[in-house]
Amino acid sequence: MTELPELKIHTTTTFVVSTALATRDFQDVHHDRDAAVARGSQDIFLNILTTTGLVQRFVTDWAGPEALVRNISIRLGVPCYAGDTLVFSGTAKRDGKDTVVDVVGKCSLGDHVTGTVRVAGT
Amino acid sequence: MNSIEAEAGRLKALGESEPRLARDPVNEPMINNWVEALGDRNPAYPKFAPPAMVQVWTMYGLNGVRDADDPLGAMSKVLDAAGFTSVVATNCEQTYHRYLRPGEQLAVTTRLSDVVGPKRTALGEGWFVTTVSTWYVDDEPVAEMMFRVLKFRPPEPSGSVLRPLVNQDTEFFWQGTAKRELRIQRCPDCRRLRHPPGPFCPVCGSATPEYVLASGRGSIFSYVVHHHPPIPGKRLPVVIALVELEEGVRMLGELPDVPPDEVWIGQEVVVDWSRVDSELTLPVWRARHD
Repeated sequence: MTELPELKIHTTTTFVVSTALATRDFQDVHHDRDAAVARGSQDIFLNILTTTGLVQRFVTDWAGPEALVRNISIRLGVPCYAGDTLVFSGTAKRDGKDTVVDVVGKCSLGDHVTGTVRVAGT
Repeated sequence: MNSIEAEAGRLKALGESEPRLARDPVNEPMINNWVEALGDRNPAYPKFAPPAMVQVWTMYGLNGVRDADDPLGAMSKVLDAAGFTSVVATNCEQTYHRYLRPGEQLAVTTRLSDVVGPKRTALGEGWFVTTVSTWYVDDEPVAEMMFRVLKFRPPEPSGSVLRPLVNQDTEFFWQGTAKRELRIQRCPDCRRLRHPPGPFCPVCGSATPEYVLASGRGSIFSYVVHHHPPIPGKRLPVVIALVELEEGVRMLGELPDVPPDEVWIGQEVVVDWSRVDSELTLPVWRARHD
């Protein structure tokens, strides 16, 4: 078991908006605060494609460019609102020729994402 | 079988939707936008696309309209009509068979995997809808995704919560809760405490009550778990306890945020305050661990 270096992301409004657009997700709750509040949220929040991408980045930052990501399985928890901080932690273990990393991404409200990433090659 | 299950069965039987082409081939500018926004400095990109971008290539976009045979769109329509109008993604599992290079043209198909419900969740009553998508380059499957959303009925806004009837006998009590004071009515003549408040002392008949402050500590004398009927502004079940205060009187109140099977008679509790709005604060009870 290997502990991965922590990844801390300040999910500013700019971060939430720019990642939503870079993932081609134009749902208003990811860029329009008034619309998000009208729908019962406290602010705009991170979209799922970005969460998936950050989980991948957390693992490849550690595993390096040679590592091939085979699978990302995530369960979503509390929303990560603009202005929050998202902190990823994880542990890696070998599974045959692959490495499987258990990942948790926490923000101030609790677990935003939990899941596993399977990578081949190192 | 209800209409939701019937539609789920029909959509499952339809199988995979027709392949839908990505707007653009895999390309460096979109990869660069993505790595810039997410702060990903992996040098494997943009020669290869980040695998987690697979879903990005086939997003519907700003003005996109879901295909008529998109099973998530069709299933959402039925659930919307049944009042399950809110949506939240709960699970996403992506499997990548190989990395993609700029220039490759993706197409995606989606099938409905299952629809499970109605389930009571922290967000409200809802249905879990699971779809499976497959991305192809020509006839080669290059990635798959299981995607699960919860379509739920948003809870009633708290503004519609039931309010206590405040009259001249009970006004002092609610003025107290607004200041986070638990007040018990006392007869100034015979010194007896009583709750709920009333105009006369039931023992000596005195009609000029006063009050004392309770310590806020007590124990559960009895309780009920309310499952039905629905209560405006409340997510059921709720635990309503009859609390015997240290001072001797008994008082009804909710035990919020506690699973019903963790409540017992004799449990030590302490008062807490649930502020509904600027005009109403309710006393509630929490387990005491001292």
